[in-house]
Amino acid sequence: MILARALADPASVLSLDHEGWTALLCMAHAERLLGTLAHRVDGLPVPDGAKAVLGNARLNADAGRVRALWEVEMARRALVPIGVPVILLKGSAFLAAGLEAGQGRMVGDLDILVPRDRLDEVEAVILQAGWEWLKVDAYDDQYYRTWMHELPPMIHRDRDAMIDVHHTILPLTAQPRPDATAMIADSVEIAPGLRMLCPEDMVIHSAAHLFADGDLSGGLRNLWDIRCLVADYPLDGVEARAGMHGLLVETKRALRLADVLFSDSKPRGIMDRLYLARLNARDGWGSEAHKLLRFSFYIRSHLIRMPPAMLIRHLFTKWRKARAGA
Amino acid sequence: MRHVFDVRVGPIGFRIGSAWRAPVAAMEVLYADYPRLAEVPNYTVRLEPERPWRRLIRPSVAIRGDHMLPDALPLPLRQGLLAAEMGMNLQIALGERRFLLLHAASVEKDGRGLILTGESGSGKSTLSALLGANGWRFMGDEFVLLEPETGLMHPFPRPVSLKNASIDALEAVLPDSRFGPRLIGTPKGDIRHVKPDPAAIAAMDRPVIPRLILFPRYGFETAVRDILPGEVFVRLTQASTNYTAMGERGFDALTRLVVSVPAKAIDYRDTATALAMVEAL
Repeated sequence: MILARALADPASVLSLDHEGWTALLCMAHAERLLGTLAHRVDGLPVPDGAKAVLGNARLNADAGRVRALWEVEMARRALVPIGVPVILLKGSAFLAAGLEAGQGRMVGDLDILVPRDRLDEVEAVILQAGWEWLKVDAYDDQYYRTWMHELPPMIHRDRDAMIDVHHTILPLTAQPRPDATAMIADSVEIAPGLRMLCPEDMVIHSAAHLFADGDLSGGLRNLWDIRCLVADYPLDGVEARAGMHGLLVETKRALRLADVLFSDSKPRGIMDRLYLARLNARDGWGSEAHKLLRFSFYIRSHLIRMPPAMLIRHLFTKWRKARAGA
Repeated sequence: MRHVFDVRVGPIGFRIGSAWRAPVAAMEVLYADYPRLAEVPNYTVRLEPERPWRRLIRPSVAIRGDHMLPDALPLPLRQGLLAAEMGMNLQIALGERRFLLLHAASVEKDGRGLILTGESGSGKSTLSALLGANGWRFMGDEFVLLEPETGLMHPFPRPVSLKNASIDALEAVLPDSRFGPRLIGTPKGDIRHVKPDPAAIAAMDRPVIPRLILFPRYGFETAVRDILPGEVFVRLTQASTNYTAMGERGFDALTRLVVSVPAKAIDYRDTATALAMVEAL
């Protein structure tokens, strides 16, 4: 997989020809890693066309960084009056803390974590600060509030930016029940009023998102985050911590796969190989490859997200709504 | 992808992959005067069946690529050329960060760049094509590429996309060899592309300094009025596809443009009048 290789070993791009560069840039774009790649190969001699694409990606990442940090600041100001610190999750945390994982990284929505028993107050001040509900549908709203790990998504009316307010890191319907209280208690300060999860929990959060929630879309980026965190911190206690959150299997798999992708270790067993095939299912046109494998992981993402009976009920309601809408 | 076409227009290189031969064949004709791409492309466009079976059964062209719109409607295969053009527009509209993009046409004469902008139907495409046929250098009818670091505007002379009545206006003055096929019944009505003059394509690596911004408006009593920088600024933020995404560089580039370049609104009833008005300015 040339993308993982280029990120891990930037000098490997020196051997790429015109076609190789085209494929690499297209894949990186599709995996939302173009800005990261641009950061990694900065200073290396690259062909003119690739230089233009990478320069464009750098400008995009720079402007995106300013925008993401401004959203962080807006959230911090909104929460100051109720005395709840903003705990940043994922990309925003990497950017605000200046971590390697944040270099060139695209940040979409602002994800924050707050204590569940303060959720009503947080919701009130966020709405007051100009964010509005994106979905107004009563079923979705009820579903989010009963079963999800976050409030329904909100978007700011002037700045068009989304915020996801989490009270834990996995849906309540999923089997693992991470200890959100411990995550909040052990979070570390970035700046006054701004915090991030401790490094172990950042790794565990990425792993949980990858293997206990979604369908592995954007998985390469998640594993790159993990690889950078591993490089930045000692992380000796990560397995014990993962065990406490009920996410040991997921965390070990994530660390192992990051090692396979970005170092030289070998995959272990058929499941590792399936995951790797899914993570690398992208061709030189940026298209999704291995449709059947992708679909299997999509099905899996639903199965692990909630118990089967509940899933059927949920999908039936969604289907009825879609039909009524059409 | 089964069929591949690549082309360079000004500073932008495109790679277009298609599941069908027809869109690529149409592009080979329409872009015959342009250089093929000698470099890694800036953007990739994919013309793919909307569903796997829609390659052969009622072929339906989905417009995909590096940048995509989630709710973009597919086009029938006979409008494949339009799909390719829309795909290219989409890539730079959503992806470009080196240049501030203005949804506008542009022409040049004696080193003086003229920007024509306005809402759809204002006549900017028609006017730029007609000016191109009357001694001006055509620089593009879709996007002005403004370089923040220099204030220069870079040519992006793609074929002009003419709609409905404006097709007749150009058919009256240009030879048939300059036209692409007539695409009937597209979401925007009938469309026919006009190739820029070969000299305009040959000069597409030569940027110019913008000297005048025009807001043409078709269908009104002939009138000219000055527009002040504040209004120009606001109108151009609305005409830009990447102003917000560019951040501070976009703000600086636009500020520099509106304080250094005068702007006028021109209302006109017929294109002959408009051409005379532009020449007189």
